This record gives sequence, C-alpha cells and structure tokens, in this order.
Amino acid sequence: MSNDPIHQFHINQWIPIHVGGVDLSFTNSSAFMVATVGVASAFLYLTSSNRGLIPTRLQSISEMAYEFVASTLRDSAGSAGMKFFPFVFSLFMFVLVANMLGMFPYFFTVTSQIIVTFCLAILVIGTVLAYGFAKHGSKFFGVFVPSGVPKLLLLLVVPIEIISFLSRPISLSVRLFANMLAGHITLKVFAGFVASLSALGALGIGGSILPLAMTVALTGLEFLVAFLQAYVFTVLTCMYLNDAVHPGGH
Amino acid sequence: MATGKRPDKSGSVGDAPGAGQKLTSDELESRRRSLEAKLVSKGVGPKASSQDKGTGTASGAAQAMKLSSEFIAGVLAGAGLGWLADRFLGTSPWGLIILLLLGFCAGTLNILRSAGHVAENRGLEFHRDSDHEKPE
Repeated sequence: MSNDPIHQFHINQWIPIHVGGVDLSFTNSSAFMVATVGVASAFLYLTSSNRGLIPTRLQSISEMAYEFVASTLRDSAGSAGMKFFPFVFSLFMFVLVANMLGMFPYFFTVTSQIIVTFCLAILVIGTVLAYGFAKHGSKFFGVFVPSGVPKLLLLLVVPIEIISFLSRPISLSVRLFANMLAGHITLKVFAGFVASLSALGALGIGGSILPLAMTVALTGLEFLVAFLQAYVFTVLTCMYLNDAVHPGGH
Repeated sequence: MATGKRPDKSGSVGDAPGAGQKLTSDELESRRRSLEAKLVSKGVGPKASSQDKGTGTASGAAQAMKLSSEFIAGVLAGAGLGWLADRFLGTSPWGLIILLLLGFCAGTLNILRSAGHVAENRGLEFHRDSDHEKPE
C-alpha cells in the first residue's frame, strides 16, 4: 500500500457528518482547504501588518504577489477590470498555497481533485456570465458572434463559439487538475523505485541513485509547475473576465 | 563607400523582365512590415509568450498538456450539451451526434486559438474603443 501512487489522493472522513442523507463529512480534503485559507490569510495579514516603508523580506513577498496579480489583471482586462481584483487575488493565493502545501510529504493536494478545480472554474465562468449579462444585457451575446462572417455561416459558427465558450471551465479545471495529479503520481512512482531497488541488495542500492536523482530533479520541477499552474489559472481568469468587461472590444 | 549604403538588389523584382512596376527591396520590406503589423493588430500570428519558444521537455510537456486539455474540453462540452438536449428535449440520438461533431469543431478551434493560428473572437463591435488601450 505504501507503494501505491494513487493512495495519496484517497479522501478520508475525519469527522463524519450526515445531514438528511447528504454527506457533509469533514474530510482530509476539507481540512487542507481550511489550512490553505488559513495559511494564505495568516501569511498576508502578518507580513503586511507591519506596513514598513522599507519592506522586510516577507513583506516584499506579499507585495510582490499583490503587484503581480494586479499587473496581470490590468494588462488583460484593463483598469475597468480592477473591480475584480479581490476575486482574482483570492483565487491566485488559494491555488498557489494549495499547490505549495501539496508539495509537503504526507500532505493532501487539494487541487489534485477535479471537483475542487471545477468548482473554482465554475465560479469564474459564473462571475463572467452574471456580470456580463447584468452590465451589458443582450449585447453580451455579441461574444458568440464573430465579426465579418457571412450570414449563412453564422448558423454553424455561433453554436461552435457557444460550445467553445462552455468548454472554458472544463479546460481551465482539467489543466490544473491534470498537472497536479500527473506530477504527484510521477514523483511517487520514481520515489517508489528507490525503495524497491534498494531492497535488491548492494547492486540495487547503487542503482537506486538514478531514480533518487530523478526524484530530486522532479521535486524542483514540481515546485515550478505548482507556481506556473497558479499563474496560468490567474491569467486565464483575467482573460475570461475581460470578455465580461469588454464584450465587444478586446 | 557609397555602395555599402545602397539597398541590396538581390531581393528586388524591379529589374526582372516582365515586372510591371518597379519594386525596390525597400518597398517590399515596408510592405512586409505593414502586413506584419496588421496581422499582429488582428491577433493572428505566433504569440510572443515564453511558452512557445521553449523546446525543452518541461515546456513541451506543458504545451502538450495545454493543447490536449483545450481539445478534450471542447469535445466534452459538446457531448455534455448533446446529452442534455437528448434527455430534456427527447431528440435522441440526434442531439448527441450533432453536438458531439460541433464539439469536435470547437475543440479544434480552441487548439488553433491557443496556438495563435486563428484570431481571437473579438465579437461584433470590433472597432469599438475600449478604455484599456489607453495608457495608464
């Protein structure tokens, strides 16, 4: 069981709660979501409470995170999109901290569950739709009609554009989930080789250096992927919000 | 000394027999530039992101993951819509068949868009001024 690379994704009920046939148990997944929110909030609160004019190292990390998300959002959605900044920043910090917490041994990776990433993506697309229709009304349907297409082709193009729009939350969630899942399984499999090779005797112990080196390299790569996927999720969120803010222009 | 500053004639078609107009390589160059600028302003052409330049295994894998998830998402969305249409409108099996095919098209469109081969959909009002083009 210790060598099973899927075992790390099992959801265990810590405190079983059943309300009217609905399973609302507090699981290890919920615990790590609470931990993610706690760590992110505590870090940002503690590092920014000092408010030094000359930032300390930790304070400059939170300032960097703030400016990073702010410039990403302003670049893709314009200054009119800045009203979504709290939403986008919370998403970025949640995904980033959840990915990073997942890199600790024996910790549960929240973002390796597709239901979690899908809920985040639905939240994004729901915001885009609700804000787009509330702000622009029926003009928001212009998003589905490309300019300069012959009338007859519109019968075919508009359904394709609608499906393409509806596929956004799926691709947004699948990308984050698949990257985290694949990375953690690869890491576990290579680490498992070290254990099984070194059980073979002296030659095996010598040979296990190779997968050990691979594991070390993969750990570094996984930290990169953890950050990159949080960034990609944020950039795509900003691009989709741009459609809600400017449905006609770009 | 002066010959070094002259435009190179190797790209010119002006001296070729049968060429109606005299096109120097400078003119061709400026035409090429304006075409490139137009293409960029329309959103076609390779995206200048760092992901596209990398040919290493890590960024290649990231690219593969990105493109495949775009395609799978299109097909899944089409299939899901078709299934829903069949279930609630009673059009089985035509809803699933037609929307799955459209989903395939949408997936291909997603891939081409994310690879930068097809312009992003700008909607109806392409020339509308938007405030985010003003300098901040």
